[in-house]
Amino acid sequence: MYRFSAASLLRNAFSGHKNWPQQFQSVEPKQKYQAVIVGGGGHGLSAAYHLAKEFGITNIAVIEKGWIGGGNTGRNTAMVRSNYLQQHSVNLYDASIKMWETMSNELNYNVMFSQRGLLHLAHSVSDMQEIGRRAHAINMFGADAELLTPQQVKKWLPNINLNCRFPILGALLQRRGAVARHDAMAWGYARGATELGVDLIQNCEVTGFEINNGEIKCVHTTKGRIKTDTVGIAVSGHSSHLAEMAGFRLPIETVPLQALVTEPLKPVLNCAVISASIHAYVSQSDKGELVIGGGTDPYVAYANRGAFEEIETMMTAVKELFPNYSRLRIMRQWAGMVDLTPDRSPIISKTPIKNMYMDGGWGTGGFKTSPIGGLLMAEMMATDQVPVLAAPFALSRFESGKLIDEGAASSVAH
Amino acid sequence: MSQPYRLATGGDVDRNQTINFSFDGKTYTGFSGDTLASALLANGVSIVGRSFKYHRPRGIMAAGVEEPNALVETGDNAFQEPNLQATTVLLHEGLIARSQHRWPSLAFDVGEINDKLSWIFPAGFYYKTFMWPARAWRFYEYFIRKAAGLGTCPDKPDPDSYDQRFAHFDILVVGCGASGLEAAVQAARKGARICLVEQSNELGGQLLHHPEQIIDSLLPADWLKRTVDELTAFDNVTTLPHTTVVGNYGYNYFTAIQHLRTGVTPGSKTHNPRQRLWKIRTKQNIFATGAHERPLVFNNNDRPGVMLADSLATYINRYAVLPGRSILIFTNNDSAYRLAIYAVKAGAEVRITDSRDGSEGHWVKQAATMGIRIEFGKVVVSAIGKRKVEAAIIMSLSSNNAAVEGAAETVPCDLIAVSGGWSPVIHLHAQDRGALVYDKDVSAFVAADGFEDQPSICVGAARGCMDYKTSLEQAATAGANAAFKVGFGNDTPTNISVAETVVTGATSPLWMVPAPQGSRVGYHKHFHEYQNDSTVADIQLAMLEGFESVEHLKRYTTTGMATDQGKTSNVNALGIAAQHSGHDMKDMAPTTYRPPFTPVTLGTIAGRQHGPLFSPERKTPMCQWHKENGAVFEHVGDWLRPWWYENPGEDKHGAVARECMAVRTAVGMMDASTLGKIDICGPDSAEFLNRVYTNSWLKLGIGKCRYGLMLNEQGYVFDDGVTTRLGENHFHMTTTSGGAPRVMTWLEDWLQTEWADLDVYLTSVSEQWAVISLSGPKSRDLLRNLVDFDISKEAFSFMSMKMGAIAGVPARIFRISFTGESSFEINVASNHGLHVWKALLDVGQDFGLTPYGTEATHILRAEKGFIIVGQDTDGTNTPMDLGMDWIVAKNKNDFLGRSAFDLPVIAEQSRRQLVGLLPIDKTTLLPEGAHVTRMRDEPFPCSTLGHITSSYDSPILGRTIAMGLIENGRDLINQSIFARNLDGSSIEMMVCEPAFYDNEGGKSRD
Amino acid sequence: MFQIKCPYCGNREMTEYTYGGEANLSRPTRLESEDSLALTSYLFSRTNKRGIHLERWFHVFGCRKWFNVARNTITNEIVETYLPNEQPQVVEQTKE
Repeated sequence: MYRFSAASLLRNAFSGHKNWPQQFQSVEPKQKYQAVIVGGGGHGLSAAYHLAKEFGITNIAVIEKGWIGGGNTGRNTAMVRSNYLQQHSVNLYDASIKMWETMSNELNYNVMFSQRGLLHLAHSVSDMQEIGRRAHAINMFGADAELLTPQQVKKWLPNINLNCRFPILGALLQRRGAVARHDAMAWGYARGATELGVDLIQNCEVTGFEINNGEIKCVHTTKGRIKTDTVGIAVSGHSSHLAEMAGFRLPIETVPLQALVTEPLKPVLNCAVISASIHAYVSQSDKGELVIGGGTDPYVAYANRGAFEEIETMMTAVKELFPNYSRLRIMRQWAGMVDLTPDRSPIISKTPIKNMYMDGGWGTGGFKTSPIGGLLMAEMMATDQVPVLAAPFALSRFESGKLIDEGAASSVAH
Repeated sequence: MSQPYRLATGGDVDRNQTINFSFDGKTYTGFSGDTLASALLANGVSIVGRSFKYHRPRGIMAAGVEEPNALVETGDNAFQEPNLQATTVLLHEGLIARSQHRWPSLAFDVGEINDKLSWIFPAGFYYKTFMWPARAWRFYEYFIRKAAGLGTCPDKPDPDSYDQRFAHFDILVVGCGASGLEAAVQAARKGARICLVEQSNELGGQLLHHPEQIIDSLLPADWLKRTVDELTAFDNVTTLPHTTVVGNYGYNYFTAIQHLRTGVTPGSKTHNPRQRLWKIRTKQNIFATGAHERPLVFNNNDRPGVMLADSLATYINRYAVLPGRSILIFTNNDSAYRLAIYAVKAGAEVRITDSRDGSEGHWVKQAATMGIRIEFGKVVVSAIGKRKVEAAIIMSLSSNNAAVEGAAETVPCDLIAVSGGWSPVIHLHAQDRGALVYDKDVSAFVAADGFEDQPSICVGAARGCMDYKTSLEQAATAGANAAFKVGFGNDTPTNISVAETVVTGATSPLWMVPAPQGSRVGYHKHFHEYQNDSTVADIQLAMLEGFESVEHLKRYTTTGMATDQGKTSNVNALGIAAQHSGHDMKDMAPTTYRPPFTPVTLGTIAGRQHGPLFSPERKTPMCQWHKENGAVFEHVGDWLRPWWYENPGEDKHGAVARECMAVRTAVGMMDASTLGKIDICGPDSAEFLNRVYTNSWLKLGIGKCRYGLMLNEQGYVFDDGVTTRLGENHFHMTTTSGGAPRVMTWLEDWLQTEWADLDVYLTSVSEQWAVISLSGPKSRDLLRNLVDFDISKEAFSFMSMKMGAIAGVPARIFRISFTGESSFEINVASNHGLHVWKALLDVGQDFGLTPYGTEATHILRAEKGFIIVGQDTDGTNTPMDLGMDWIVAKNKNDFLGRSAFDLPVIAEQSRRQLVGLLPIDKTTLLPEGAHVTRMRDEPFPCSTLGHITSSYDSPILGRTIAMGLIENGRDLINQSIFARNLDGSSIEMMVCEPAFYDNEGGKSRD
Repeated sequence: MFQIKCPYCGNREMTEYTYGGEANLSRPTRLESEDSLALTSYLFSRTNKRGIHLERWFHVFGCRKWFNVARNTITNEIVETYLPNEQPQVVEQTKE
């Protein structure tokens, strides 16, 4: 692979930057692939990369309806954390953080992974009980968590209004909590996968599946019929739609999640902060924009837009927490479509169709888990075995009722 | 000399009102009616800001919201506002403005080193470096973050207030140029209710600086006056100047921001709102939003002194500012020739470079007649001068626009006015997913035809129509048609204003000026996007590297992502990409247009909802008494509840212990008014309760109370409370304080949908009843003094209710207990709450009556092992998990949640069960939320057995107690397990029944 | 931001309502529920339709009535509203 470095940058500068190789390219599909991954977002690209890198399967197509990284990968607020409540979740999300920690060097692509710490604020006695339980759980399961007093919160967030309408009684801190450059993650994986021989097929929509005796045989697309041995699906916002094509139903509801950025500012917020009880989360990008999100709109929608009411809720919450942000200005807002499961935990699973696998239902947590989600799906696609980390997240839990309830932890999306 | 670039006459500024302002600490004067930009230009200030990436000096380029360069900070301290466009800041007395994003000063900015090194740092360079050594990014990032950003966030709370309004209109007309005004007049004449919005502080749009444009034989000012007068006379027209429609959220819902205190010194009238957010719902919409002029893309085209031609015309005619003496106009269309005429009239020297082969347009001929030098087929290849334009280099353009050729001529000038054509402002149309097509005639994207059934239409320049006559006709038709569609008159316009029109030549697209052969700098300083320093070379690099999609280009080069959101750059960027990739423009699609159209102040969206109004506090009728008597409050949802009452010299621990002991040994009272209360009547009420609770309700006697658990359909506990039968068909239900609204909605849902056969009526009465819980061994003796009925143990048994009078007011008194002591829950009308509270206090003195708060309640109930739903449950617990099998009726066929009991997971062996926990060391308070292991010091990471849900220091027991949800906890009773601190250390504790005090329950019944 | 026509109150802002999930889920009685798939399907499985979606809404800041809505989840267009005991016309039409 052509290595990116300060030296290569300088070398190319002398030739006027005219000789950089393609980072990735979009190709036309071949008639047959060993593996087809539907969805060219973070999870799909990560799956393709890991399938090629770790399992030696390189005859792969990634099929993307639009452009690489154009779904939720490019519409999120780029937070990475593992401060969950249940053991299986902490293990899963923390495995992802570990992959993030080495991603820039692994991919030779600076994804600007910045572990600047993430504070989850508590505004009531019951919030304190909730973060207390979570902090102890996270610690016991091997990730990092600390509990902060209001005075410590003030040190992390000098502008915070501790005596806001719902006074801040403390916070859960995860120092390894991070933000990253979302597009770079997708491009880095796309570049890595391309280098390993994976075909990226953009502007290509799946229109149906050919299934024989309960086994996947072909994928029909707007660019023709593609034969394949195995299919992985990683299509946030469209999971139910694709499942319907394959003839099964999912425990998923797709809802809009809105976010916005302010105009760029000199550094004013050096960590990420979440308030689940008053529905806002904020971080500052390296460019200087405050990136703000809140809760999901409550109804099923595939419109990639939400109601203005949610924006109002977010802005009132941010102003209540940081009264000095009031004069800042909102520059751009957008929405993604997130697939919510009843227990707010993902589905990393075999499906009722043989050799068809799924990595989805991540709700608002899909960005941060792109590395691990892709890796786990790659392993399932390569071996037809369910990895230990993925096993608890099987689709079958919605038959047994053995859910992995993260409802309390993800009452605010992030 | 003051204002050296101000023209002696003309303009809309009021020369009698001089205004003092400062920029970067230096004081200047301007006139009323100026913007900060026009005043700075009048004073000859050429550098106003620095670009984001390369810190290049930048001046003022435009005259409106499309300005990418001239960003400033205004105000001081709490009034500071970053990133404002100098072109949209109205001048006011005492205005303080500062440049930003430079250090140590605007003139000498260390960051300019980036410009020198720009040849190393093309688009996306940061993805390729800063990776060595591994994990060093946080180090690099520190410096990168400092270098990035633009303005500075204020460090104090915003002292200003903001307002919101909801409004409904028949028709929204956005934009008060000629088209918008004409559309509004036509619709208004038919009687429709109209909202007319203009982002500028003055109505008129381009007419304000096109003084020769005759309409209806009137000069623009006269036509404007006539039209505005007519509009003002209608009472069905609401005109909002200085208001920007920023969002089209579909289904005729718009948001608009109104600037209310323009020209007012910040802080001078803080009681008035600064801005108002309008939420507008309409039936029809006309977007007469005009067009933004595009720059031309050539080497160093970002230098101070390169300005948009029509913007320069605005400064000359509207503000009477001529910011240069020698103007080189560079254009690819006829519109810039207007500027030539104005500039010559204002006394400037003008020369025109036109990339086209020629034009027979009216203004072109007029300019030629005036003796202005016009050269066709030529282009500006480079601007010269770093801090201010000094000259331009002109060359000939090859016939296919692919190269420049011939001799390079250096033309001295102090301004280069550019016009690359016009981009209609289609944002509001596009925000609602309106279809766009590339229009060859205007070389830009316009709203697609064929959607006439839609409620919104673009007219005039916003539709790509650049002449007044046709625009007015379009607008008139649209106005009449919109009125007709909402039920007013017919769709024929009346007395359409007729504009004099002139012939114009066609626009010839020129997305970028070719770099001269052998040029060393190539396309590295051809800026198509100014603020973020995105160049033609960046687009070429991105495409070379595989970023073909327009969305990828945008994200890799950051074009269109600046504070102006690409108003001047998006179409040029697409053109450059199309040209580079050999695509036709009609195959290119712009990136998604997202709200807001212009940046919106965060505080304006928040409106008045901050501080106490963020979410109004709910207070009980006795709240004021609590405040006056030392209550420390706990926020429970929106409720304020006394947490404990602090006597002088007491701390929390002492106060809570005193309150607990009072209840256990004498009598205490608590304000329990926040309890959720639902009045249930109707013949099927008992059957209804039988379905929503797990236990049986059909045989509950009148006047009797019963505790119930509600489950969700997954079989998990969801709420609890005591419900009382008031009459055969009448019940009084209580719920948890926080769960009240949720339970009400839940019950209504079942009643209205699944069980429409039941004849039951629900009324929320939470706020109608004040509740005082009187609890303790002396409660009966105390209460006896205030009630008019027999409350002896025999006459008023445990778990029953009586109605009567207390302290002279009617009451319902419930003999139920949450503390384990003999208790009376006294319900009176809210208005009587304080009266009864005080009456109890008066009588209570002799009994040692002590008000107690929620913390004491929690301890008292924990001593009894009573659960709090939400604390000792987490939404995954069955009644069996809680040791409450007794409350699940075995003989009922169905109740909510019953069917889930058949799921394998409910029958599973290893469920978490609620148990009591006693630390071996009686003084150790277990941390709530701590997890539990079977073994002492089992190394992390490990699995958990469960967690501590409640943990208190019990005054009556003289030791600490706790409850927890522990895997197979009931099997562990009398065994040791370990709570684990965050640091991993272990606290040994004994598992026990979840009941610590008076386990026989005799005291409650007393 | 769409509006919903409450069958009782008329057209109102969607912010007056709360969403109540998919309509027409059939709640298994106890006997049926021993077929646990019928139960888990009722509890968890959703059509999550891209297109015309039948769903429940509650006029919380109005008449406090539950009713059903046929909404296009791609455009948020409200096709019709109907009472809980009624069948939507869109379904009737597709039957024909």
